[in-house]
Amino acid sequence: MTFFTYAALFLLAIRLRRAIKLSPITAKWNAPLYGIALATVGVAFLLDDLLPNDEVEGIVIALVLLGVVEFLKREPDFKRFHVLINAHYPLIAAVILSNIVALISIKFYKKYDDYFQATQLAAFGWIFLRVATSKKQQSELKRISERKDELEILVAERTAEITKQRNELQETVKELQSTQAQLIQQEKLASLGELTAGIAHEIQNPLNFVNNFSEVSMELIEEMEEEMAKGDMEEATAIANDIKQNLEKIRHHGKRADGIVKGMLQHSRASSNVKEPTNLNTIADEYFRLAYHGLRAKDKSFNADLVTNFDPALPSINIVSQDVGRVLLNMFTNAFYAVHQKQKTVGGDFKPRVEVSTRTIKTPKGSEVEIVVKDNGSGIPDAIKDKIMQPFFTTKPAGEGTGLGLSLSYDIIVKAHKGHININSKEGEGSEFIITLPIA
Amino acid sequence: MKILVVDDEEDVQPLFLQRFRKEIKNHEVEFDFAQSGEEALDYLKDKHSEVVLILSDINMPGMSGIELLTHIREDFPTPPPPVVMMITAYGDEENYKQAMDKGANDFLTKPLDFNLLKEKLKTL
Repeated sequence: MTFFTYAALFLLAIRLRRAIKLSPITAKWNAPLYGIALATVGVAFLLDDLLPNDEVEGIVIALVLLGVVEFLKREPDFKRFHVLINAHYPLIAAVILSNIVALISIKFYKKYDDYFQATQLAAFGWIFLRVATSKKQQSELKRISERKDELEILVAERTAEITKQRNELQETVKELQSTQAQLIQQEKLASLGELTAGIAHEIQNPLNFVNNFSEVSMELIEEMEEEMAKGDMEEATAIANDIKQNLEKIRHHGKRADGIVKGMLQHSRASSNVKEPTNLNTIADEYFRLAYHGLRAKDKSFNADLVTNFDPALPSINIVSQDVGRVLLNMFTNAFYAVHQKQKTVGGDFKPRVEVSTRTIKTPKGSEVEIVVKDNGSGIPDAIKDKIMQPFFTTKPAGEGTGLGLSLSYDIIVKAHKGHININSKEGEGSEFIITLPIA
Repeated sequence: MKILVVDDEEDVQPLFLQRFRKEIKNHEVEFDFAQSGEEALDYLKDKHSEVVLILSDINMPGMSGIELLTHIREDFPTPPPPVVMMITAYGDEENYKQAMDKGANDFLTKPLDFNLLKEKLKTL
């Protein structure tokens, strides 16, 4: 009966070797398992000669099998073959028990010979049964692991796709940011373009005064010299006074032109973002005129009443003057545009009027400066009131407006200066833009 | 000879007074000033018969010089109508045409050439 034990050991090695074929542990275990299989055959012949009787041989080979089984069970590589390995215990037990009984009492053994042999046969058969079950389980496990691999590949593919999309989006965001910066610069240049004519006019006026007053002063000096030669000191002194006044005027108009040029440079230059104490009346007045003359130069039929109500006691406030100036310019340009539109449609008796006023107001949080730009133009239809602060929204024909003016104004007043922009408007009657800035 | 100068720039006034210093002294000319078209019309209501020459800027807030010119030609047609000279910084063709169409007698560009103006006054 030792044949079953040898066969079981031989088959165990062969089966495991076949089972691990094409798996990562093949390289490690292929040779040892093959060795066990060959050794089993060798040992079978060897033990048959060496040992005194079949019973001892049976026990020894059963112990060898037990040793191999225990060894394999301790190897983590064979964890998934435990069902197959464990299936050998009944055979080992049956063989050892049968042979021990035979050694103790051969007569007893012989009497129940059939039962012992049947038990061993059954135990041997049990291994095959378990092998079949194990195979089924193995194929099931293999199927699951294949499915798992498939899913993992799928997940990896999706992850790669998402990562790619994310990178693309990041690139797009970067592009958008740089485009936005370019657009802001273009908006500045566009508004500067609108201003050019106004600026030329505004500089021309003071320059004319500088030229005229200096010319007339030269004439006056000649006259004064004549009077002095005549000895009419009274008249000479009167002329000298005139000259003094003229020089004062030359200085005043020179400074005026200087201020306009400086303002223009500031407007086109990138914002310094430095807040400095500024008189809002001054910049409001300056940009009010520039915006008006800018539009006037483009369309000579246009005219409007410019009304200013500046609070002379308005305190200086800390602002980035070129940014707030840009906001005011935008408000004025819009107001002139609105009255001009209305003038075109209504015509005749319509008197375009744009008014700018400043004042200080007290609030629970402290004092604020308020600038109101009011026009009697075409007004803002209710349908678009919510949209006018959005970037790129414009009612002007394509190419005439960037749609960034109010959006940038909002950023400058609300975000950068912690102020507010409120709008009152009625379609057909006019609009009122109210800017408040905290004094602090 | 009474001359009305219409310009929103205040400093135009001392400039004219000084430029025409000798003429004013010799009582050859007399100047009055208005700082807007509206003010000029108000002034003319009473004194249009005295005023011989009106020098008006075109580009002013409120009523423009061209509008003022239109009003002058409509409101004071009684002969002899005042001579109106338009002055502007925008010396372009369109401005000139518009001024002449509305009945301006002459068209001058800023900066004003006072010697030229004086020559023109002699012919009046």
